[in-house]
Amino acid sequence: MAKVLMKGNEAIGEAAIRAGCVHFFGYPITPQSEVPEYLSKRLPEVGGKYVQAESEVAASNMIYGSAGVGIRVLTTSSSPGISLMAEGLSYIAACSLPVVVVNIMRAGPGLGGILPAQGDYLQAVKGTGHGDFQLVVLAPASVQEAVNLVILAFELAEKYLTPVMVIGDGMIGQMMEPVEFPIEGVGPPLDPGDWALNGARGRDKRIINSLHLDPEYCNKINMDLKAKYDRIKKNEQRWELYNCEKPYDLLVCAFGMMSRICKTAIDELAQAGYRVGLFRPISVWPFPYATCKQAMQKAKRVLVLEMNMGQMVEDIQLAGQGTREIDFFGTAGGKVFSPDESKEKMLYSLKQAGAGKSRAGVSQPSSKSEGKPKKKKAAKTAGPAKKRKAR
Amino acid sequence: MPKIEVNTERCKGCERCNDACPQQIIGMSDQLNNKGYKYAVVFDRPRCIGCRICAIICPDVAIEVYVEGTQYELFQY
Amino acid sequence: MKKIFASTEALVDRPTHYCPGCTHGVIHRIVAESIEELGLRERTVGIAPVGCAVLAYEYFNCDMFEASHGRAPAVATGAKRSRPDLILFTYQGDGDLASIGMGEIIHAANRGEKITVIFVNNAVYGMTGGQMAPTTMPGQYTTTSPYGRDVKDVGYPVRMAEIVATLTTPGFVARVSLHNPKETIRAKEIIKRAFAYQAAGTCFTFVECLSTCPTNWGLSPREAEKWLEEKMVPYYPLGVKKRPEDFQEEQHGAS
Ligand SMILES: Cc1ncc(C[n+]2csc(CCOP(=O)(O)OP(=O)(O)O)c2C)c(N)n1
Ligand code: SF4
Ligand code: SF4
Ligand code: SF4
Repeated sequence: MAKVLMKGNEAIGEAAIRAGCVHFFGYPITPQSEVPEYLSKRLPEVGGKYVQAESEVAASNMIYGSAGVGIRVLTTSSSPGISLMAEGLSYIAACSLPVVVVNIMRAGPGLGGILPAQGDYLQAVKGTGHGDFQLVVLAPASVQEAVNLVILAFELAEKYLTPVMVIGDGMIGQMMEPVEFPIEGVGPPLDPGDWALNGARGRDKRIINSLHLDPEYCNKINMDLKAKYDRIKKNEQRWELYNCEKPYDLLVCAFGMMSRICKTAIDELAQAGYRVGLFRPISVWPFPYATCKQAMQKAKRVLVLEMNMGQMVEDIQLAGQGTREIDFFGTAGGKVFSPDESKEKMLYSLKQAGAGKSRAGVSQPSSKSEGKPKKKKAAKTAGPAKKRKAR
Repeated sequence: MPKIEVNTERCKGCERCNDACPQQIIGMSDQLNNKGYKYAVVFDRPRCIGCRICAIICPDVAIEVYVEGTQYELFQY
Repeated sequence: MKKIFASTEALVDRPTHYCPGCTHGVIHRIVAESIEELGLRERTVGIAPVGCAVLAYEYFNCDMFEASHGRAPAVATGAKRSRPDLILFTYQGDGDLASIGMGEIIHAANRGEKITVIFVNNAVYGMTGGQMAPTTMPGQYTTTSPYGRDVKDVGYPVRMAEIVATLTTPGFVARVSLHNPKETIRAKEIIKRAFAYQAAGTCFTFVECLSTCPTNWGLSPREAEKWLEEKMVPYYPLGVKKRPEDFQEEQHGAS
């Protein structure tokens, strides 16, 4: 199939249609508004339904209703809107319903800003809403990958009957890239199985609820959910290792668009003779701890770069279990690390690791990191954000 | 002749039917049911006109109404 | 002998948890009878958000959702837009619909969702122990208005049926009461009519039901009926507020 040039948000909308999702409930918010805009035009063309909800609270409850009657459904939003969806997502997870939610993250906290950020990592993977539930969370690093992961999100949601979230930073939503859709036309509808509320015709009535006043039974529901999450952890970890086939001194960990910027920096450093690998979780939940740990063991030191004040780094620390020193640099507010800035951080960490160039005679990448900061202190203050060490 | 049947275990003893019956033929039992409520009893059965009002206002679907022969539909329900 | 009144197939044959004399039970039965008589049971999906009626999913013999506080109209929207062949009803209390769920109900009504909203107004938050609701009467004592509802402090009770009826979008909006046999019979007629409109795909339908809460009002069921009639009915006038037949297309357009 031919590639088409599409804006990330529109590609996400189209990917949902290809996956057979023709029902959308959502609310406008920058930088994801092109998804509802695109779908409000496209869905009527494919016999689907677009509804603009009165709020994200309502949108999250609309997808609960839609999934509950056995329909494949999507909502999208950006950070402040996702906070409002916390209620609906908790109910959806509790009731084991398949939905897909896309968060095109913007800068926060509060109203923050409309520029890209990765500040909702912990919200997505650790604390979306009340109670013991978990979202499956996928983090694309390109528009093409956003398309693929939206399609995968529906597969996982239906395989495990659970809500799946795709988190992209504002850049993924806003940039245009050539994409190829792996599915032609509109995918087949969802098989409602034996759980959907589609009318008690010739069968007993069904109930979708999350109220369980009996502690024994409520405990059982939680245990069942945990068993499901354990299965997902076992089967659905996804990651990318870049430049890790050859020996490396430094392992950089980044997700989403940040990882792409890191790749550019790593390539340039490689040209200069530095040995840097990249670990990128694609499923940030379930987080690929074992793979991450293995990759960390091969490096002298680890560097985590994020467009937030240090969120995924907590998972990297968990993975490393104190076996490697971890540096962290973060940026927020819509300010994105450039490849040069990323390179600077990498050179800092390489220096800390006592790792030099592997070949002589290659030009130094940037003037700033070229200088020899006096040991740790000078370099420490050079970091724009904070630096974390593994426990 | 119409009659009502009270499901004494369903009855919660609210006495709504006592007030509502146009013939004023329903009262409460002296005994308690298993839930501890007094339950509705008809004390003057022959005067029941089968109007269904007691059943219509009962919050606990504790009353069924029967008729023999002709039923007079005094109102639509 | 011929049985001329019995429970309906749309109700599960089991005792409810409602307090003695609470008219939630009557409203349940009327809703179930309407669904059954119109032949809709096998394609009806009900939604019970939190409130005393949260366990309604145990009582109605049709597919049922439980929903979060106030959001039933949004859940119903999602379900109905996805499966227009289904019949959707919500069963909401006054704290649920008139307070936390005010946004959801107004917008579902304004979009003209083809659903039926059964709104149970008992002037208090029943389930959580009789706190003040937006519908609590002026001067009424509740657990959070221990000096009586002070309208200078918290405003006057909201009349939801009238508010919903102001919307331009066609709809069927009515207020009924369950305090005596006559009004109960009328309530049945109205609720059944609401479901009939939905089944015909006509419009959004909304029935506010004035209901007793003897427990939290601190009254016997008999006194509660009297209180409802004397205090609530004058403030909350009964009757049909809006009919789809009266709708006249307004000629306002932007394009
Ligand atoms: C988000 C949220 N806030 C508060 C509650 C607690 N709560 C449960 S029921 C209820 C009041 C319900 O009152 P109403 O809707 O009037 O129904 P009633 O019990 O009177 O039938 C409240 C506040 C909740 N379950 N969820
Ligand atoms: S109305 Fe029903 S519950 Fe109340 S006393 Fe009569 S039979 Fe019993
Ligand atoms: S059917 Fe009518 S007359 Fe007979 S007991 Fe009931 S209310 Fe009274
Ligand atoms: S608390 Fe009030 S509303 Fe709730 S069941 Fe009891 S009487 Fe009915």
